[in-house]
Amino acid sequence: MSDLSMIEAVLLTIITASTPLLLAAIGELVVERSGVLNLGVEGMMIVGAVMGFAATQATGSPYIGIVAAMISGVAMSLLFGFLTLNLMANQVATGLALTILGLGLSGMVGEAFIGQPGISLKPIAIPVLSGIPFIGPLLFNQDVLVYASYGLVIAVYFVLFRSRTGLIIRAVGDNHGSAHSLGYSVIQVRYLAVMFGGACSGLAGAYLSLIYTPQWVEGMTAGRGWIALALVVFASWRPARVLIGAYLFGAVSILQFHAQAAGIGLPTQLMSALPYLATIIVLIMISRNKTLAKVNTPACLGKPFVPDR
Amino acid sequence: MRIELEKRAEHSQLMTVVSPLIAIGLTLVCGSILFVSMGYNPIDALYAYFIEPLTTSWSIEELLVKAGPLVLIAVGLSVCFLSNSWNIGAEGQFTMGALAGSIIPVLFYDFTSPLALPLMVLMGILGGMAWASIPAFLKVRFGTNEILTSLMLVYIAQYILDFLVRGPWRDPEGFNFPESRIFDAAHVLPKIGEGRLHIGMIFAILAVLVVWWMLSRTLKGFEIKVMGETPRAGRFAGFSSNGVVWFGFLVSGGLAGLAGMAEVSGSIEQLTPVISPGYGFTAIIVAFLGRLNPIGILFAGLLLGLSYIGGESAQVSLGLTDKVTRVFQGMLLFFVLACDTLILYRFKIASSVKNMKEAGNV
Amino acid sequence: MENEQRSGPVTGGEDLIEAKGITKRFGDILANDNVDLVIKQGEIHALLGENGAGKSTLVKILYGALEPGAGEILWKGKRVSISNPAAARKLGVGMVFQHFSLFEALSVVENIALALPKGEKIEALSRRITEVSQKYGLPLDPAALVADLPVGIRQRIEIVRCLLQNPSLIIMDEPTSVLTPQEADQLFITLQRLASEGCAILYISHRLEEVKKICHNATIMRHGRVVGGCDPAEETPASLARMMVGGDVHDISAGAIEAQPGDVMLKLRNLSIPSDGAFGIELKDVNLDLRGGEIVAVAGIAANGQSELFDAISGETQVKDAYAVEICGVPVGKRKINDRRLLGSAFVPEERLGHGAVPGFVLSDNILLTRYKTEPSLIKHGMLNQKLATEMEKRITVSYDVRMSHDNPEARSLSGGNLQKFVVGRELDRVPKVLVINQPTWGVDAGAAALIRQAIIDLARGGSAVLVISQDLDEIYELSDRIAVISRGELSVAEPASEMTREKIGLLMAGMGEGKSASPAAKAGETHAH
Repeated sequence: MSDLSMIEAVLLTIITASTPLLLAAIGELVVERSGVLNLGVEGMMIVGAVMGFAATQATGSPYIGIVAAMISGVAMSLLFGFLTLNLMANQVATGLALTILGLGLSGMVGEAFIGQPGISLKPIAIPVLSGIPFIGPLLFNQDVLVYASYGLVIAVYFVLFRSRTGLIIRAVGDNHGSAHSLGYSVIQVRYLAVMFGGACSGLAGAYLSLIYTPQWVEGMTAGRGWIALALVVFASWRPARVLIGAYLFGAVSILQFHAQAAGIGLPTQLMSALPYLATIIVLIMISRNKTLAKVNTPACLGKPFVPDR
Repeated sequence: MRIELEKRAEHSQLMTVVSPLIAIGLTLVCGSILFVSMGYNPIDALYAYFIEPLTTSWSIEELLVKAGPLVLIAVGLSVCFLSNSWNIGAEGQFTMGALAGSIIPVLFYDFTSPLALPLMVLMGILGGMAWASIPAFLKVRFGTNEILTSLMLVYIAQYILDFLVRGPWRDPEGFNFPESRIFDAAHVLPKIGEGRLHIGMIFAILAVLVVWWMLSRTLKGFEIKVMGETPRAGRFAGFSSNGVVWFGFLVSGGLAGLAGMAEVSGSIEQLTPVISPGYGFTAIIVAFLGRLNPIGILFAGLLLGLSYIGGESAQVSLGLTDKVTRVFQGMLLFFVLACDTLILYRFKIASSVKNMKEAGNV
Repeated sequence: MENEQRSGPVTGGEDLIEAKGITKRFGDILANDNVDLVIKQGEIHALLGENGAGKSTLVKILYGALEPGAGEILWKGKRVSISNPAAARKLGVGMVFQHFSLFEALSVVENIALALPKGEKIEALSRRITEVSQKYGLPLDPAALVADLPVGIRQRIEIVRCLLQNPSLIIMDEPTSVLTPQEADQLFITLQRLASEGCAILYISHRLEEVKKICHNATIMRHGRVVGGCDPAEETPASLARMMVGGDVHDISAGAIEAQPGDVMLKLRNLSIPSDGAFGIELKDVNLDLRGGEIVAVAGIAANGQSELFDAISGETQVKDAYAVEICGVPVGKRKINDRRLLGSAFVPEERLGHGAVPGFVLSDNILLTRYKTEPSLIKHGMLNQKLATEMEKRITVSYDVRMSHDNPEARSLSGGNLQKFVVGRELDRVPKVLVINQPTWGVDAGAAALIRQAIIDLARGGSAVLVISQDLDEIYELSDRIAVISRGELSVAEPASEMTREKIGLLMAGMGEGKSASPAAKAGETHAH
C-alpha cells in the first residue's frame, strides 16, 4: 500500500466517523436557532439507529431503513415538542427524558436484532468526478448519507441566512415575543425546527447502524448525540463551523484508533476516552470567549414561550 | 372545542402532591398498552412488575438495596437542580466515588483497622466531590455548559474504571478476570439483618433528613431556592451565584460518591467493569418524580427501585425482557414532566373554534 | 410649545375605522366593556387612560393580536374581521409598539422585512428604507445591527417599518416615553405631516400636555369602559386627568417645611464602570452628593445607564475604587449589597418581579430576601425564623395597604401596584437613612402611586436621603428637591428642581448639556451652591 492510499484510507475513515456527528449537529443547530434546546439528540439518534436497522432487516432495503429512521426521529421529537412547546415543560429536563426513553426503547426493540448481520448501504460513485485521483474516491464515491450531510450543511446555510424562512427562524429564536406580536406563530415555527432536528438525528442514527457498523449494538450511539450538542456550541450556531467541528472530532476519534493500533504506550481505555476529553476542552476554549458566546447565542434559547394572557 | 392552558395565579398546593400520582397512573396505563402490544396479559405483567417483588422478604430487601443509591444520588441532585445547575453526570461521580472508596480495600488490603471503613466512606465522598468539582469549576470560571461537561465526564470515569480493573487493580489471583480482589471483611459495610441489605440505606435516610431540614429551614436552603428560581433577585439578596453552583455540585457529587462507595463496599464487595445499572441517570427521574423534595424522593426512590426488581422478576416469571424497565422509567419521567404543568396551569375547555391561531393564548 | 401645530378637530374626514361594542374578558377581569371608538381619516386621535384602563387591550384587538369576545369593527364602513396582525396590516393598520417588537440580533432591514409581505429582495428593500426614512426626517442605516442602536433610533425603525406598509391608520403606544422632549417634537412634526397626507393616527398616551398639543380628538377610557370624548384643545391637563381618573386626582403634600439638607449620606466620586458585554452602558465619572432630608431625582430616557447606576450604588456591581461610593461616610465601593444595607441604606429596583421579589415565593419569604441581614432575629444559627417573617409581612401589608386575595400569597399573584407597595413598604419599614429607588411608580395605578410618593416624601422629611431614578418628568417634579439627568452613562450636576425647566432637562437627556458632573471642581461648586 502506497503512502498516498494509506492517507486516503485514514481520511475515508475520518469521513465515516464525522458524518453522524455532522448530521445530528446540523439538525440541532436549526432547532437551537429557533430558540429551543433539545438535549434529547442522543435518544432520537439511537431510536433512529434501531428503527433504521429493523426496517432494513424487514424489507431488505437500507433506503427504507433510512426513511424509517427519519420518521422515528421525528416521532421522538414530537414528544419533546408537545411537552416543551404545548405544556411549557422544562426543556433541559425534557431533553434528558427523551434520551432516557430513547435508550430504553431502543434496547427493547433492538433485543431481537442483536448479533444479526446487517445490510450495508453501498456507496454511489458520481460519474467523472469520482475518477479524479485522490479526491475522487474520497468525496465522490460515498454513500447517500455522506452526500446528504454535505447537502444539508449547504441547504441549512442558505435557508438560515439567505431566505425568509430562515429569517423567521432566527427572529423566533432571538425574540419570541416580538415574533408573536408581528403575527408569526412561534409554536409552529419551533415545531417545524424541532421536527427537522428529529429527522436529522434519525439520519445520524441510521448512519451508525447501516454504515458505520452495519449491525445493531445496544447503546451504539455512545454519547455521539451529546458530542453533537457540544459541536453546536463550538460552532457558535454557524453551519460551516459545524462542518469543521464535526470533522475535527471525527479526526480525533479516528487518530486515537490508529494510535492504538500503532502501539502507542497509552492504555486503550484512556485513548478511547480522548474524544470525550476533547469535547470538554473545546467547550472550555469556546466559553472562555464570553463576547463571542453572547453575541451568537440565540437570545431565547431554552426559554419557554408563554403568549401574553 | 379545544383544550387551553390557563395560568394559575399561584402554585397549586394540591397539584404539587397529586401530579406525580397522575404521572404514575398514566405510566401504568401506557405500560399496559405496551404489554398488550408485546402479547402479554397486562394484569399478569403489572403484577409481576409491581406486586410480586413485594411478596417475599428477600425481594423487599433487594428493593431497599437498589433504592439506597437512587435516593442518595437523587437527594444530592435535588439540591443541584433546585439551584438551577444541571449536574447530569452523577453516574460518573458515583463511579469515581466507588474508585476512591476502593483504594484502601484494593491497594492497602492489609489495613484492616476499624478506621478503614470510615476512611473509605470519606474517600468515597471526596472522590465524588472531586469529579463534580470539574464541571463546577468550569462553569464558575469560564461559564462552560455544565450539562455537557458533567456528562462527558461520565464516559471518562467509565473508561478509568475499566482501565483499572483490567489493568493495575486486577486481582492477581483472579484468573485474568477483569475484577479487583474481593474486599476484606473489614472493608465491607455492615449488613442490616441476615440478607444483602447494608447500612447504605441508612446513609440515604440520613441524607434525606439532613437535606430536607437544610432546604426547608435554613438560610442556605433559602439561598438555593432563590438562586434557582430568580438569580437576579438572589444577587439583590446578596447571595453569590458561584457559591451556589459550587455548593450544589459538591453536595450532589459527594452524595453520588458515597452511593458509589456504598454500592461497591456494601453490595458487590469488589470492583468490576460494571458497577451500576445506570443509577446516576435513574436518579434524575427519582429527583423529578419526588418533585425535588427529599421526602418525595424517598418514596420515588422506592418506586424506581421496585422497577429494577420488577424487571428481574418479570423476566423470571413471564420471560419479559428486562429492557422494559428502562422504557418504563423513561415514560415515567415524561409523564412527570407533563403533569408538572398542572401545578402552574389549569386546563380549560374553550368552545371557540375561531381562536385556533392563538393556541394557548388564554 | 406652539399650539399652532395642532389644526383643530378634523370634521371633514370620513370615518376610517369604527369599533362598536368591543368586549374582552380575561378570567374575572373585564378588560374592555362595550367599547365604542371612531377614528376619522387624517386625524390624530388620542386614547387616554390610566394603566389598566383597557387601552392596550383595545389596541391589540384593532391590530389583530387579540380576538374580541364581542363587538364588531367597521373599516371604511364595511364590517371586517381582523383575525391576526397580518390581516390588520393588509387592511392598512400599522402599529408602533411601546415595548419594541424588534430583534436585536438582526439588522434594520431584516427587522423591517419581517413585518412586510414576502417577495421583496433585501437590497431593494434597503433602498426603500433609505428613501422613506429620509423623506420623513427619520434617517436609518438599513445594514446596522439593532443591538448597536440607541432607543430613539429603534423607535425610528418601528415607525419606518410602519410607514413602508403605506398604512391608513398608525397606532402608536406611548411613543414619547423613550424620547427626549426634542426628539418628541421631531416626532410630532412627522406625525402632523402624516396626518396632513390623510393618514389617521391613534395616539395612546397618558402625557396630557402632548395630547393637548397634537391631537384633534380624544377618547378617554377608565376601568375598561369609554367614559367620554373631547377635543383636547378645549380642555386643561387637569380636566383631562379628572376624566381619566374619575374624580379629583389625589394631591400629594410635599410638607410645608422646605427641605433642610443635612449631612451627606450618599456620595458618588468619579464612579466609572465599563460596559458589561456587548449591549450594556458604560458609566462615566459619575459624581453626586445626596444629603439627609432631600430627594434628588435622576431623570433620563430608558437605557441610558440608570440600571447600571442603581446596581453600582446598591452593590450588585462592585467597583475597584472603594471611595467611588460612600454611604453615611463609609467608603463601600468594594462592599457587597448587604454590607451597604447594614449601613442604613435600602434599595428598590425597577423590576419588581424577578429582581425586587421572587415571583413564586410567598410574601413572607420575599421579606427574608432583603431583610435577613438587617433584621438580626430573622436568622438564628443559619436557621430561618419564619414566624417573625410572617409577622413582618402582616405589619407591612397592613400599613402599606397591600391588597391580597388571601394571607401571605405568592408575589406573582399581586397586581403591579400592590406588589410595588409591598416592595417599597418592605424597605421603608426599616426607615432607611438612604433610599435609592428606581422607577418608583412605573406601571402602577394612580392610588398606589400617590401612596408611594407620599411615603417617599415622608421618609425624606424625616431626615433620610432619597435618590429617585425615574423616566417620568411629572413624577420627578412632584417629588424632587434637586434634579440630575443621566445620558449615555454620564450624570449632569444636580440642580434645584425650580431651576430645571423641561427644555433644559430635554437638552441634558440628549447629551447636549454643558453641566457634566464629571470634574471634582464642578462637584465642589455643586455642594456649596445648593
